Amino acid sequence: MIDQLKQALIITKREVRDQFRDWRIIFPIFGITIFFPFLMNFTTAQVLQFVNRYGASIIGERLVPFSMMIVGFFPISVSLVIALESFVGEKERGSIEPLFNTPLLDWQIYIGKLISSIVPPLFASFVGMTVYSLGLIVNHVPLPEFHLVFQIIVITIIQAIVMVAGAVIVSSQATSVRAANLLASFIIIPMALLIQGESIVMFWGNYVTLWWVVAGLFALAILLLRIGLAHFSREELLGRDIDVLNIRWGWKVFTNQFTGKATNITKWYQQEVFPFVKDLRYSIFLIVGLLIVALFVGNSLVDRFVFPMDRLGVDNLEQQLLGLSEHWSVGNFSPVILIFWQNLRVILLGFVIGIITLGIFGVLPLFASIGVVGYIMGLLNNLGINSSLYFWGFIIPHGIIEIPAAILATAAIFQIGVIIATPNADQTIGEIWIKSIANFSKLMVGLVIPLLFVAAMVEVWLTPRIALWLLK
Amino acid sequence: MIEAEGLTKIFDDFLAVNHIDLHVPAGQILALLGPNGAGKTTTVRMLSSVLKPTQGTAKIAGYDVSSQPAEVRSKVGVLTEHHGLYGRMNAIEYLNFFGELYGLSKSQISLKMEPLLEQLDIAQHRTKKLGEYSKGMRQKLALVRALIHEPPVLLLDEPTSAMDPESAMIVRSAIKSLRNEERTIILCTHNLAEAEELCDQIAIIQNGTIILNKTMQEVKNSLLGGSLYIAKFGKPIIEKDFLIPEGIQIHHQNQYEIHFLIKQPKKQNPSLIRYLADNFELLTFEEDSIKLEDAYLEAITHKKSSS
Repeated sequence: MIDQLKQALIITKREVRDQFRDWRIIFPIFGITIFFPFLMNFTTAQVLQFVNRYGASIIGERLVPFSMMIVGFFPISVSLVIALESFVGEKERGSIEPLFNTPLLDWQIYIGKLISSIVPPLFASFVGMTVYSLGLIVNHVPLPEFHLVFQIIVITIIQAIVMVAGAVIVSSQATSVRAANLLASFIIIPMALLIQGESIVMFWGNYVTLWWVVAGLFALAILLLRIGLAHFSREELLGRDIDVLNIRWGWKVFTNQFTGKATNITKWYQQEVFPFVKDLRYSIFLIVGLLIVALFVGNSLVDRFVFPMDRLGVDNLEQQLLGLSEHWSVGNFSPVILIFWQNLRVILLGFVIGIITLGIFGVLPLFASIGVVGYIMGLLNNLGINSSLYFWGFIIPHGIIEIPAAILATAAIFQIGVIIATPNADQTIGEIWIKSIANFSKLMVGLVIPLLFVAAMVEVWLTPRIALWLLK
Repeated sequence: MIEAEGLTKIFDDFLAVNHIDLHVPAGQILALLGPNGAGKTTTVRMLSSVLKPTQGTAKIAGYDVSSQPAEVRSKVGVLTEHHGLYGRMNAIEYLNFFGELYGLSKSQISLKMEPLLEQLDIAQHRTKKLGEYSKGMRQKLALVRALIHEPPVLLLDEPTSAMDPESAMIVRSAIKSLRNEERTIILCTHNLAEAEELCDQIAIIQNGTIILNKTMQEVKNSLLGGSLYIAKFGKPIIEKDFLIPEGIQIHHQNQYEIHFLIKQPKKQNPSLIRYLADNFELLTFEEDSIKLEDAYLEAITHKKSSS
């Protein structure tokens, strides 16, 4: 393994040396490692003087580590440019094929290039932060505490890995440098949002939250590395030349995956829908586990986020339920459709989030909903009301259909990330994405939508009456 | 040394290579000819384990291209269509880089690099940045790169395409010496004279299918009925004066030259030359250099008309 890694590092060594010979990389790096920290230093000193004049020294204290983070981030933004052209750039220059003809394994080439994209910008980043720190010392500005400096260094490293891992995936899947640059916005925009979030947290001074950010980014970096390695294929990179959006091909992939070889609806359920549910079993177990966690998390938040009891309306619950039973008469479809649409919308929101975040955050809407259930149960317990009554009366009658439907849909969303991260060099990420969407659609049409509709009918026509009966 | 059986490659719905069989023993050169887009590069990429065959098998130096790709790649030297050198490196750095990737030590690389650079006449440019190299020099260096790990099998795609005649001659001479070292070579080229000069076998590929795969002599015999030789004379000759030895035909003639169609040149040429020299004022007797072109066009045209 170490010998194999050494072979990969031969590529890293060459690429790093090549980058340090390219003035288009050297000049910007030099500028943002030497000039920019001085500028940041000057700005920080000026702001410190200004805010101290008005007794707002806390802003100054928070500004110093924040500026260090920005000084560290600027050079690593260069890593994006290097990583984006790592594979596709070599392909365009025709130098990738001789590299592919060597005995190196796919992962060795991938890792070699990945490290080479990280090392120079990260080195520049540390130089920049050192220059900035020296400036602080010269200007007699106290340095941030050691743990904070350590945190900033870890954040900078992990951000560089995430950016580069994402960019290398783009580079290894794109057909041209132009296409890779266009796709870079998928990395730049989330990173910009992340930096904004981190800035808020830094000024807020809640540094523990930053460790959570680090943990999240670490998980994302691992996932991106896995996806990159799973889908890197010499053949794909050499074989793809055309940038044209092939809607017909995409539609064909979708319909083939959606209908399979089924010739009628019964066979479709037998051959496509139920086998897919079986494929989801591990994801389903995981989601169920997460929902149990959500229930406990929601319950534990009762003491932390106090809800005004009078707004809960538990005093006149019976009256409210009576009114609801009259208003939601059996056979009245308007509230059914409203509830059905609401539930469907939440699942679709999870799907959209899941598609963007490789399935990970697609579980959030369901997690949050179940968390609310846990919170309300905790709240009722605090009021001295038996929360199991709420659970059996208000949740279970329709929840027995609705919750499994939501679990199925969420598991399918989560599965998108699982499948993308699974090694499959024979298919492109695009193809896998389309197939995952087709699988999700299959499940939605075949099971989730009908179940949600039935659940909405039960929720409108039965749940209030059962709850009323239990309350009496 | 190269054994391919039913090698097939399908990209989505496109059949790029269709059930190709190739057998090239050690010390032989096979010319892979065919129009642009016929499937030559795809075949080479499959044989070098860069592309995975959709169907069929191939063994290179005893290793399977599908199940032992790393071993195959370590035994193959490939000169690709696009040489793609790293412009900011010099030749020594470049060859060191690739040599290391093939698992060679610095001293081994240096030992192998020098004679190759000398042989291909680029040793004097070894410290020059590759971005400053001419097309021909780049091609020569790419050939050195393909040879640096002394592979027993070579896959050369258009090795002399961008070269001046002198450089092309140097490269051809290098290829001949490689054959003498018992290397197995597949040469993709559009230069038919070069293929004829260097190769022992000819395979013509069209639309992904091998339409002809024979030795040079068999090609000439099957498509033209034999090899064409030109005899040039100092005085005008009259046909009735001839007593043509058995098995030799006159393809066409004019006053001062005759084009003979000879099925077994090795056997029949000595007696024919003796006869012509003794009875006529024979100036030269040489093989017609455009014959492979005729054979190639004949094969391609025949395939088109039959399909």
